[in-house]
Amino acid sequence: MSVTRRGILTAVPIIGAGVLGVGFWRMLSDMRSGAFDPRAIKNPNVGKPIPTFAMPGLPGLGDGFTDAELKAQHRPVLVNFFASWCIPCVAEMPGLRAISRNMPIWGIAYEDKPENASAFIQRDGSPYARVASDRHGRVAIDWGVTGVPESFLVAPGGRIIWHGSAALDPQIYEAEIRPRLAGL
Amino acid sequence: MFGPEQGHFALALACVLALVQFAVPLWGANRRDARLVGLAPYLAVSQLLALGYSFLCLVMCAVSDDFSVQNVAANSAVSKPLLYKITGVWGNHEGSVLLWTLILAVCGGAVSLFGRNLPDILRGRVLAILGGVSAGFQMFCLLTSDPFERVFPAPMDGQGMNPLLQDPGLAFHPPILYTGYVGFAVPFAFAVAALIEGRVDAAWGRWVRPWAVAAWCFLTCGIALGSWWSYYVLGWGGYWFWDPVENASLIPWLTGTALVHSAIVVEKREGLKIWTVLLAIATFSFSLSGTFLVRSGILNSVHAFANDPARGVFILALLAIVIGGSLALFAWRAPSLTSTGLFSPVSREGSLVLNNILLCSICAVVVTGTMYPPFMQLLAGRTISVGKPFFDAATIPLTLPLLLAMGIGTALPWKRAQLARTFSHLYAAAGIAAIGLALCFWKLSGILPIACGALAIWVIAASVSDVLRRVGIGHTSAQGVWERMKNLPRSSWGAALAHIGAGITILGLCGMSQAEHAIVEVHIGETRSLAGDDWTLLDVHDYIGPNYKAMQADIAIRHNGKLVTILHPEKRDFTTQSQTTTEVAIHTNFITDLYGVVGDRHGTGKDTTYVLRLHRNPLAPWMWLGGLVMAIGGAFSLSDRRMRIGAPKRAAARNMARA
Repeated sequence: MSVTRRGILTAVPIIGAGVLGVGFWRMLSDMRSGAFDPRAIKNPNVGKPIPTFAMPGLPGLGDGFTDAELKAQHRPVLVNFFASWCIPCVAEMPGLRAISRNMPIWGIAYEDKPENASAFIQRDGSPYARVASDRHGRVAIDWGVTGVPESFLVAPGGRIIWHGSAALDPQIYEAEIRPRLAGL
Repeated sequence: MFGPEQGHFALALACVLALVQFAVPLWGANRRDARLVGLAPYLAVSQLLALGYSFLCLVMCAVSDDFSVQNVAANSAVSKPLLYKITGVWGNHEGSVLLWTLILAVCGGAVSLFGRNLPDILRGRVLAILGGVSAGFQMFCLLTSDPFERVFPAPMDGQGMNPLLQDPGLAFHPPILYTGYVGFAVPFAFAVAALIEGRVDAAWGRWVRPWAVAAWCFLTCGIALGSWWSYYVLGWGGYWFWDPVENASLIPWLTGTALVHSAIVVEKREGLKIWTVLLAIATFSFSLSGTFLVRSGILNSVHAFANDPARGVFILALLAIVIGGSLALFAWRAPSLTSTGLFSPVSREGSLVLNNILLCSICAVVVTGTMYPPFMQLLAGRTISVGKPFFDAATIPLTLPLLLAMGIGTALPWKRAQLARTFSHLYAAAGIAAIGLALCFWKLSGILPIACGALAIWVIAASVSDVLRRVGIGHTSAQGVWERMKNLPRSSWGAALAHIGAGITILGLCGMSQAEHAIVEVHIGETRSLAGDDWTLLDVHDYIGPNYKAMQADIAIRHNGKLVTILHPEKRDFTTQSQTTTEVAIHTNFITDLYGVVGDRHGTGKDTTYVLRLHRNPLAPWMWLGGLVMAIGGAFSLSDRRMRIGAPKRAAARNMARA
């Protein structure tokens, strides 16, 4: 059969519709299994080493920390960006306290006045092993943070293994974080 | 009498009738059995009655606060005003699907009633296709999104409605938009029927065009209304966000506009047949896909419907049958349709081909921009967003030649035109456009807004001068002009009006590209200036509304010391839904909108400050006004067609009476 203009005009629409249809079907089936989430925030730094930084601490909560200190840890660390002005962060605190019984959490106060951040985390007991202040959000940019709260699972040696852009709770810890700890 | 169970039963009955409406006339047409084919209109009307009854039942459930119905319990409340109890019926997924199928049934009923002069076989097949699509969506409604589902125990009060949606603009936006979407089902059914029959001729073009024009009018109004709503309710000062859901309505509008034009070529010159059939299929397919994408949750949009992938799978299967089936039929049958018209590039039909190419290119750009993010995420696992910069950069350069051609096209005669002669008709319009260009250079900044503005003036001037030339202004006496005005076909008036409307909308968009805004934090009594106006916050006071607490600001706007207006924007806290809405205050003189929004209150006592957003939006109302003028133009041309379509039969009857 020879290829004619007419043949192309009639074949292209159905091929195009077919490609779109298969794509939509894949998206829908992946959405049901959780592999495809159109609202997910992907972080490009997952799988890469943590960026370089040095941050001061918060008043009354000891010194801040640097990337070298984080890399030197022998256990995986959960790094959590938070702010006292962020409502989901307030809601996240009890969940973080529960998770902190299983693994160390290091907190980074994002664009927050140090005294506000300090008062906020000490109000009901701090879940954080160490806390640092990212007063102007510069470090958060290097980490690829799009909003607070966001959390990163950092393996010994300083590689980012996992990223979460929702308020953490023990369910997420069991489903997403704990299985990843086993391999470390 | 109008309970949920009756409604549920009527819906199921309608579904069965729709299935019969699909099967019987197709079978009858195949067997050339006139009686079976003749059943189609009766089936379509009974399906419409059953569905109308079902919809009425749902409305009655909402009006009578029957919270045993899940849908009413989730979206209504005793305290909701009556208007929103009624309009709230289609403000949610289940109800809107029922409305969607009801409008489809109305289309079938309209074809039955107004299509009496169609050949019986063609009408039977058209109604069968409409019935098939109807049956599919009614099954979707019954099986996955039943609006009559009961809840036990029934709650004492409902959960209420999102206060943002309690607005008259939004209440009537969905029915109008859906009528536009669904109305394209009729040209689609005509296209499929023609493919089954294997014949597309001038008569087919004349029959299909009024339906396409009617749907196009509604879709135009629906899009304009949605854009207007987002402008004055959301309080962002924007009117179009290139959001996937908005694009989902723009895509069928673009192909629908192309269809309305290409059907003229089929009618007058018997050309572009395959292309017109494809456009008819594509336009309805895009309407359907838009509905599907919004409800499946695949696209990340601000317009949230309750997303459910299971529902998405059902609609996708439905789409595969409807779109895949019609395209397969198209691929199989279309090559046998023959074209007779020979085209000269410089002619009316040549300009219509150009119009189609450009409209479809813009459509391709919008489709690409909308589908790129989800497909990128699927294939490469990367999240990206495509927004205004892409769409502006890609669509505006395609719009410029489209506007240029719009002015020339209507002045060209059919078959073969002489450019010199055509241009001689356009000198006046070109002169006005040149003045417009100077005006744009003075008022606008940026090369694209200036070019668009000048070309919009060109379109308006060319359309006006075209009508003036046709009625013989300057050549005939006043009496002669009046006679010619009466004799000029309504479709010519319609085309001129629609083109003028498009020009007005483009001018509005150009004006809005020069909008200025400022976000200020002020004490009471403080004045800030924006683009030559002085905005003073006079006072802020609180009051209690029926189901909200409000903070109202009084902002005086002075121009050179003279008071222009006092705006009263509000911020409302709806306690039951714990949601805050902003009531924008707009002062318009139809040239410029002054648009004020009141935000947060900071501090206490003497240090209290208020955050205000002040906008100066030149030509903003023109955007929607232009949409309305376009739709009126379409309606004008429709009134012409209807008379013409009835004509042959009436003339034949008269001849018979004479004989």
